Amino acid sequence: MKKVVLSIILANLLVACASDKPKEEVSEPAAATSTESTADAATAPAETASTSAAPVAAEADAAAAEAAAASAAAANEVADLMEKRSVFFPFDVDAVQAADRDTIAAHGAYLGKNKNAKVRVEGNADERGSSEYNLGLGQRRANNVRKALILAGARSSQIETVSFGEEKPRASGHDEESWAQNRRADIVYTAK
Amino acid sequence: MRIWFGLLFGVCVTMSARAALDIEITGAGEHQTPISVVRFANEERIGGQSLSSVVSNDLVRTGLFKLIDPAGKAPHEPGEVRYAEWAGVEAIVIGSVRLLDGGRTEVKFRLLDAVRQTELVGMNVTGRTEQVRAIAHRIADLVYERMTGSPGVFSTRIAYVNREAKKYRLVVADSDGYGEQTLLALNEPIMSPAWSPDGSQLAYVSFERGHASVYVQSLATQKRTLLADFPGSNSAPTWAPDGKHLALVLTRDGSSQLYISHIDGSDLRRITFNETIDTEPAFSPDGKWLLFTSDRGGKPQIYRVATEGGYAERMTFEGSSNFSPRYSPDGKSFVYSHYNGGVFYIAVQDFESKQMQILTPGGWDKKPSFAPNGKLVLFATESQGRGILATVSSDGRVKQKMVAQRGDIREPVWGPFSK
Repeated sequence: MKKVVLSIILANLLVACASDKPKEEVSEPAAATSTESTADAATAPAETASTSAAPVAAEADAAAAEAAAASAAAANEVADLMEKRSVFFPFDVDAVQAADRDTIAAHGAYLGKNKNAKVRVEGNADERGSSEYNLGLGQRRANNVRKALILAGARSSQIETVSFGEEKPRASGHDEESWAQNRRADIVYTAK
Repeated sequence: MRIWFGLLFGVCVTMSARAALDIEITGAGEHQTPISVVRFANEERIGGQSLSSVVSNDLVRTGLFKLIDPAGKAPHEPGEVRYAEWAGVEAIVIGSVRLLDGGRTEVKFRLLDAVRQTELVGMNVTGRTEQVRAIAHRIADLVYERMTGSPGVFSTRIAYVNREAKKYRLVVADSDGYGEQTLLALNEPIMSPAWSPDGSQLAYVSFERGHASVYVQSLATQKRTLLADFPGSNSAPTWAPDGKHLALVLTRDGSSQLYISHIDGSDLRRITFNETIDTEPAFSPDGKWLLFTSDRGGKPQIYRVATEGGYAERMTFEGSSNFSPRYSPDGKSFVYSHYNGGVFYIAVQDFESKQMQILTPGGWDKKPSFAPNGKLVLFATESQGRGILATVSSDGRVKQKMVAQRGDIREPVWGPFSK
């Protein structure tokens, strides 16, 4: 899975170059087909460089159009990924769960490729426990997400961690449904 | 200008009157002393709430007194008391009010032993007329001390956080919940207020810098100092009995760990060295120990470590987890929040016997702290979906709920005796 994600990111980088859009972002694995074809398109002008001018121009136009389309598609995929910035935890647990590893890996890889990007990882806890214990728990959750981001390619200088403990609940109910939403860490981009 | 001042003061008075709490008391002490508090002569002249009713309310809230209606009798001097008329009453409080020049009021009061027919306390208390509640609390303190042998805590103050939607206020109020004074209002969370031993300053946690940082604020001047602002979380400040040091929790080296620092932020020293959460330090009255919450054993439990650091002894073993320890003023026991079966209780544990006693029926009972006389425990709980203040006597017999009219009350802490 990691390989797929990496190749997608590389492909995206190429798209970024071709379309001259510095704000490209990571896409999800589902994006594999479109981004791979885009990568081909981006390299097309170089392959055809030795042939006559007109076809080159035509092919370049086609490539550019394709690249633009792909980049739009990639942008959608990026938007999808950027929507997926929350990871969740069981009660009184601070370890990153298997279900969230791909999300974190994708953000980590993005940070690895975009050296100017910065994130703030915000840890939260449900209201069971004391407010201070929950502040500590939220911090540990944020710290563990930070470690996972670094393992996936991010630099430590790109990641700031903060805990809101139980102070900023997303859901205000006093039930498991709300608590599950509040046992969470959010990856917030402060620079892209 | 003067008029404006007067108007402003009027507004403040109304506000604090409106901030009044609905108080509900349940239970009674093992022995309730029948006492009668007679309306003081001229007390209607100072306005506001009746002075004698503030004294009555203070006494009745302890659960140690049973108020007996004077039934029309209105003595103001010992000579006017006909003891034969007071059968069944053990003590009588009488007095009179006199307005002095310069906006001051003198209250003369006497506590009489109705059985032995003698005067137990006779004293004059003077204060600014608008501080009639403070005068009444002082009188109640003197009555309480004479009748029970322990100093009263009616003149002490409490601090807590009031949360209304996303607005947070750090509030100091009289121990009966009146006289609210807002020290800080933010659109970011405020947590963990902690009193300095002399009651002149509060340390607390604020998120105004985007993360938890620790501030110290003077009550008199309102001046604030940023004490700890390391990356990550800075929290759980608590004053050492010497008034010169604070214990606090930092995550700058990874997980939450205990540190001790001078109150100016210098001499920062790490006390615990773990990969687990160590938090909520509380100093023993002699300053030699810290109780704290840690999940080093798996679930959060209460531990004790010497302030020099070293081995930490586990103190609590019952329930699924335990939080927020605080020493009793005599250092012989500690109070904490006990979590079991999805319910939070307030519990107290004796150091010598290691016995835990649950003080409350259970609910969402958190953040207990002792009154400075050790007789009452203040804590946060919930009633009808709202965070409220509550107290329980340290023997668990008398319970009191104080419902604020606005917002949720969180993180209460009882202040020291006023100097």
